[in-house]
Amino acid sequence: MTDIISPQNEALAPALLTTPPVGGGVGLPGGPAKKRLGPFFWICAGWIGLIILVAIFANLFPLPKPDFENFANPQNAGPAWGHLLGTDDLNRDIFSRLIFGSRVSLVVGFGGTLIGLALGGLPAMYAAYRRGRVDTVLNTVSYAVLAFPAIVAVIAIGEFWGHQLWKITLVIGVFSAPLIFRVIRASTLSYASRDFVMAAKALGASDRRILGRELLPNILPTIISFGLIAVATIIVLEGTLAFLGLSVPPPTPSWGNMLNESASLLSGGKGQTNPWLVIFPATAMFSLLFTLNVVADKLRAYFDVAEVKL
Amino acid sequence: MSRPLLPDPAVQTAPLLAVDDLRVSFATPQGELRAVQGVSLTLERGKTLGIVGESGSGKTVLSRAIMGLLPLGSATQTGSVRYQGQEILNAPAKDLRRLWGTQIAMVFQDPMTSLNPVQRIGHQITETLTLHLKLGRDEAKETALSLLMQVGIPFPVERFDAYPHQLSGGMRQRVIIAIALACAPRLLMADEPTTGLDVTVQAQILDLLSTLQRDREMGMVLVTHDLGVVATRTDEIIVMYAGNVVERAPTSVLFSQMSMPYTEALLRSIPRIGNPSHTRLQAIEGRPPNLIAPPPGCPFAPRCPYAQDKCRREKPPLVEGAVPGHSYACWFPLSTPAAVAAAGAGAGAGVAAGAGGEPA
Repeated sequence: MTDIISPQNEALAPALLTTPPVGGGVGLPGGPAKKRLGPFFWICAGWIGLIILVAIFANLFPLPKPDFENFANPQNAGPAWGHLLGTDDLNRDIFSRLIFGSRVSLVVGFGGTLIGLALGGLPAMYAAYRRGRVDTVLNTVSYAVLAFPAIVAVIAIGEFWGHQLWKITLVIGVFSAPLIFRVIRASTLSYASRDFVMAAKALGASDRRILGRELLPNILPTIISFGLIAVATIIVLEGTLAFLGLSVPPPTPSWGNMLNESASLLSGGKGQTNPWLVIFPATAMFSLLFTLNVVADKLRAYFDVAEVKL
Repeated sequence: MSRPLLPDPAVQTAPLLAVDDLRVSFATPQGELRAVQGVSLTLERGKTLGIVGESGSGKTVLSRAIMGLLPLGSATQTGSVRYQGQEILNAPAKDLRRLWGTQIAMVFQDPMTSLNPVQRIGHQITETLTLHLKLGRDEAKETALSLLMQVGIPFPVERFDAYPHQLSGGMRQRVIIAIALACAPRLLMADEPTTGLDVTVQAQILDLLSTLQRDREMGMVLVTHDLGVVATRTDEIIVMYAGNVVERAPTSVLFSQMSMPYTEALLRSIPRIGNPSHTRLQAIEGRPPNLIAPPPGCPFAPRCPYAQDKCRREKPPLVEGAVPGHSYACWFPLSTPAAVAAAGAGAGAGVAAGAGGEPA
């Protein structure tokens, strides 16, 4: 096992093993310098991370309870030192409601996407790798579910099943599965027929190994970037439901139902107006969706590099 | 299928690989496509067999059928493929997995696509080592580095952590060979291992394969479209055309007593360095026949300069010629009196009729 093919290699080999190549560094020939994600990506990713961290540790901050109707507070006040983002018409602290409300969006968005990936992504990989009857059946099922208007289904199921957070998350996750199935299946298909998959098979790798070690790393960029887009889309969907009063019921705050409550105040329907109650949740949701999309897009471009150089 | 696939000492006397009347067909909407039509071959330990033919001659399907890599659902395979005396044709992948990698390995045609683009090459080598030989992490890495050295990759320590796109085509093919050889297989199937490479690199890779094969006493099947590639590196050559074996001979016999006009045409279509510049390259006119509805006679007849009426009516069987081990499927084998007469009668086709196969 230690023989060396050509005499000239034999002479060179010991030196080659120890001496680094010209230039001193690891110096592999391989095109331009490593591509970077750029500061904008990190700002956006940092913002998402901050929102997630604050949502998780919200209880640790000295915040008033989000559903505490404290009559000592002013009603419909603008931003002030006591209440950084003001108060709503039930004398509740908007900043506190905004932070606790982010939990709903994040849980539904990320939870729904994970459920969708589990229910849609895993079968998609298997179907694209095995083809044949499995693929045909799963494909047909995905088209059938896609043909059903998801928002109508989600509203209808919510009406008789209830609007608890986990139920909303589960229902949205189930209905996002077919779309995720289609995307992951297409992505897997483009790799499943490549030689390296057959090469792995010819080396004795099992189906599970091929799916996990050969195919999954290749479609991971797609899963991550499309998954983030899915998170953003589901947050919008939940916001829409909440705005219609069909998501997590009050007094639990969510960005959507804060907007719902503010709508009447915006038009002066209660004899008062409070633009802050619209501006803050809308801005919060916008910033999260925008940064999610930026991060997804930058990641997609970043992972594309190796593909292009191939 | 529960019979053991791992060889035991009792079967050591059987040839390494014995294929008998292998037929492979695919169901297509237009009808049954017969890609391999009755191929028989034998390969002894430590020997090299060349399979030569142009695109679409069935050589890749043949090599994949031998490996058992064709999808059982779409390909119909009959006949027999025996590895060390044990039947492996149509065996389920579950059983073949014990042979793949450790007993039989394959080097694929395109080094650009046969490595996983997102895994470091070191990992791709150690993966088979840990899977089949149950080596520990450090042990596997050590073996992998030694393999990289053996296949002539400079700076193996640095290359170990490289991604495939950081290597040239020739280096990638060396890595692929290292992966295929990692578990010391007894039979290596090399499917056009140099087609995707520069000419200068081709010779290096082929020499590397020959050296490794000799050192390890490994049987090798070298599939190629280039007669020049197999001329000096094989013990026996099979020439395939339209799914049929049209000529089979020990390498030296094939080049000295070429009998099938197709073999001759293949040889003529290799550019020669000795030719004056601007010599027209002799291509084989026409196209290979339709494998769904092949013509009744010799499959090569429509493109053969020596073809007679008989060739277009009746398919010639593969018969053994004067030299033992040399067989061909031709009614009018080259350099026989019959062929000379036929050449005179059949003149006018694209390839200049005349001298028979010249030695390479």
